Amino acid sequence: MTERAHPYIPNSVPEVKAAMLAEIGARSIDDLYADIPETLRFRGKLNIPGAMASEIQLRKHVEKILDRNTSCEEAISFLGAGCYNHYVPAICDEISRRSEFLTAYAGEPYEDFGRFQTLWEYESLMAELLDMDICNVPTYDWFQAASTSLRMAGRYTQRSRALVAANISPDRLKAIRNYCEPVLRIETVGFDPKSGLLDVADLKGKLSCEVAAVYFENPSYLGFLETQGQLIADLAHACGALLVVGADPGSLGVLTPPSNYGADIVCGDIQTLGNHMNFGGGMGGFIASRDEEKLVMEYPSRLFGVTRSEATGEWGFGDVAYDRTSFAHREKGKEFVGTAAALHGITAGVYLALMGPDGMKELGVHLLQKAQYLAKRMSTINGVKAPGLVAPFYKEFTVDFNGTGLTVAGINRALLKHDIFGGKDLSMDFPMLGQSALYCVTELVSREEIDTFITTLDGILGGK
Amino acid sequence: MTTRSFKIRNNFHQAKWDEELIFELHKPGERGFVVAPVEEGIAEEVGDGLSALPPSMIRKQAPALPEIGQMRVVKHFMRLSQENLGGDLNIDIGQGTCTIKYNPKINDVLAGNPKMARLHPLQDESTVQGALEVLHSLDLYMREISGMDRFSFQPASGSAAILNMVSIIQAYHRDRGEAETRDEIITTIFSHPSDAAAAAVKGYKVITLFQNEDGLPEVEDLKKAIGPRTAGLLITNPEDTGIFNPRIAEFVQLVHEAGGLCGYDQANVNGIMGITRAKEAGFDMCFFNLHKTFGTPHGCGGPAGGALGVTKALKEFLPVPLVEFDGNTYSLNYDVPKSIGKTRAFYGTVQVALKAYAWIRALGAEGLREVSEIAVLNNNYLLEKITKIRGASAPFAKGRRRIEQVRYSWEQLYQDTGVTTEDIAYRIADYGMHLWSSHHPYIVPQPFTVEPTESYSKEELDEYIAVLAKISEEAYTEPEMVRTAPHRSVCHRIDHHDFDDPAKWAITWRLYKRKHMDKK
Repeated sequence: MTERAHPYIPNSVPEVKAAMLAEIGARSIDDLYADIPETLRFRGKLNIPGAMASEIQLRKHVEKILDRNTSCEEAISFLGAGCYNHYVPAICDEISRRSEFLTAYAGEPYEDFGRFQTLWEYESLMAELLDMDICNVPTYDWFQAASTSLRMAGRYTQRSRALVAANISPDRLKAIRNYCEPVLRIETVGFDPKSGLLDVADLKGKLSCEVAAVYFENPSYLGFLETQGQLIADLAHACGALLVVGADPGSLGVLTPPSNYGADIVCGDIQTLGNHMNFGGGMGGFIASRDEEKLVMEYPSRLFGVTRSEATGEWGFGDVAYDRTSFAHREKGKEFVGTAAALHGITAGVYLALMGPDGMKELGVHLLQKAQYLAKRMSTINGVKAPGLVAPFYKEFTVDFNGTGLTVAGINRALLKHDIFGGKDLSMDFPMLGQSALYCVTELVSREEIDTFITTLDGILGGK
Repeated sequence: MTTRSFKIRNNFHQAKWDEELIFELHKPGERGFVVAPVEEGIAEEVGDGLSALPPSMIRKQAPALPEIGQMRVVKHFMRLSQENLGGDLNIDIGQGTCTIKYNPKINDVLAGNPKMARLHPLQDESTVQGALEVLHSLDLYMREISGMDRFSFQPASGSAAILNMVSIIQAYHRDRGEAETRDEIITTIFSHPSDAAAAAVKGYKVITLFQNEDGLPEVEDLKKAIGPRTAGLLITNPEDTGIFNPRIAEFVQLVHEAGGLCGYDQANVNGIMGITRAKEAGFDMCFFNLHKTFGTPHGCGGPAGGALGVTKALKEFLPVPLVEFDGNTYSLNYDVPKSIGKTRAFYGTVQVALKAYAWIRALGAEGLREVSEIAVLNNNYLLEKITKIRGASAPFAKGRRRIEQVRYSWEQLYQDTGVTTEDIAYRIADYGMHLWSSHHPYIVPQPFTVEPTESYSKEELDEYIAVLAKISEEAYTEPEMVRTAPHRSVCHRIDHHDFDDPAKWAITWRLYKRKHMDKK
């Protein structure tokens, strides 16, 4: 290190260092490492570039790297598939960047009162949106939320199989398998290739008294609405299994919440509620259920509760049933708990407080209309079928390009030249759909941009 | 000019707004945010949007979210933020094991750049070369710091990285046809709870080694624990006591000889960067917490980041995709046949990885080593002073130096005064500070762990020491005052019994209303 102290390391001032060493009776820093045997000492030099202690230099360096990215701000994007380019209200940024929240971690419910209250409010706002009694402090993402929901169902029912709709995100299915197996066996249930809807006959064939849970998503990964929710719930419940439903909370201003058609556990992602995409880093998972002691005791997550002091009239907050957790009982706790996505939960709470019931409804209606408009315009183009799956949809839908004679990859490459990000290519993940793509709109895509896209796509496909 | 001659903020009082719960702010008709209707022409084409849905899928009753004007929403959350003592305000060294250090502001600015914040993960690779470059470069730096051969940033936290390590252990043995027979994972009591818990999640029997009088696990105990059923070892070093296990290489060798894999939990690496590495100790895998060691903010508990590193032999088991670089272009590689698959959506918390990248570049190789050296110096300085405070002690390894933190005990103080470590954790809030009380199980009685990192000046360390000494004195002279603390925080001591009673717990507003208001 140079003589100059690094801005991040105040005690590297040589005089301070010397004084502190003297105070503890050490001759050198190396004395402090006496417990590390020489055979384990690294005596080489780390091959890492030299310090950029100047913030100006660092900023220019990183911004130059970031300049190689093209953001969704600079393009017309139809990408969704689990991460969404929704508008983030300025207040969400303002609060999530407050350093009191950003730099805090795990204080007590007194000096970290704000963290407890905001996350309790998040739980409560989500509960209203989902029409359920309980929601957890966020876990990592939907992948984890779905995996844990199924494990909770496994412990609750003391059963060892779970049936998962085969029309969910293939990546999410991989994560569920990795997390649940070998303790819980994951089997898939087929779907109708025309509509995407769950194949109820297949479900009936696979249901048994060993099944802990049935899992499907609504809106589905492929965008359509699963309209057989109550039927699936009844079938699952008749076998003593729980119904677990994955949902986009942003859709619930207009769509029926899964609890209303029999879901016992609902899970999903809160990225849509005021969190930036961050190249997929903006995710946060939620798990919700009814307030049944047996089920609540199966949550691995933190659950914050409110109480009111009789003496002072103050609100107070704390951990509910902390003894469930691995913090309290290591491997005897429920799964594990640790740092996950709390700040995304705080932000989602701000978002819901801002939006209110009317904002959520306006958003839902806006997205329905815009997605329907996009589909309608796309289907006017020769060889393009939109939606590809014949079922009502929310903000995403499949587009069938098989009639164009072109691949989705080829079409997307051509669109990219016009700064348009075409929908996600489904040809690898869902080969039965052939050359299909998943198109998504948000409130950030304007009618004008949709019209520009239609003209461009028409041109790429050779005009009419 | 006068300077302060005291080191204790006797007049501190945290912001206390007596702020309402968000639901109490509900005023029918008020609006916080308006979503514009779709542009002209769309409704004419498709109608009202809702008609296309079957009636069963249309929500009947609007969610009972509060209706609040925009400014009042801002005020509410601003007030709550003031009622939170973040790391920027606090001398946050009492959150030991968590490495609370300075989170450079510039890194938040960089991560807020739309060219990071507004990237969609499924964009064409040609449009995200910068993001992939960051991930690739960070991989190279992590390889240097650990000696491992390849990193994945998919795990979203330390615990997630542990789960990935366990998944790799399982996939490795399955690949060799031994998954059924190797069903035990060994860890130590001073390793993070998740080392035990994540192993149990994957169906393993967990064997926990306890400490000897030096606070370390015994090689003899390990020998008794290993055998043909051993799948692997997950171990923290230095352990949460701050004591470095000098026989760590022997542990690894013994587990290897038994056919197991070894994962190094490097949550406590802040004191040993550039000093000793996972490679030299023989490990197969390790992980770092970006939000601890690498200066990214903790965000009240995430988003965080786990950097998972493995040796060449285990690269084929890493989660997909891997970031590749051919000297010209960066790409995402999904062709990893033995991969454990996906463990998190997309590629991890990339905005956190960017902050860690910027932190490493700001420090450089020599700076990283300086971080560790000063963190260790600060820690041993605290050790010297805190053990002189009445009622405090540092169990195990008497007379030896510690690495980055120390797990202390208030047992003597508790015996003398009845004041617990929890009471002290609440009292210290009255001085604008924090002391974490959760270190279960209480192997060290009345435990507290202090981890100063490199970020705090000697004056700040002195202030923290002076406050601990002051509270000790208070415990001996007016214990009742300490037992009823906090007195100058956001709220007074609350009764936690309701939180463990299913008839009373109120995890949400609707439950509070149902259980506590409707009954009145």
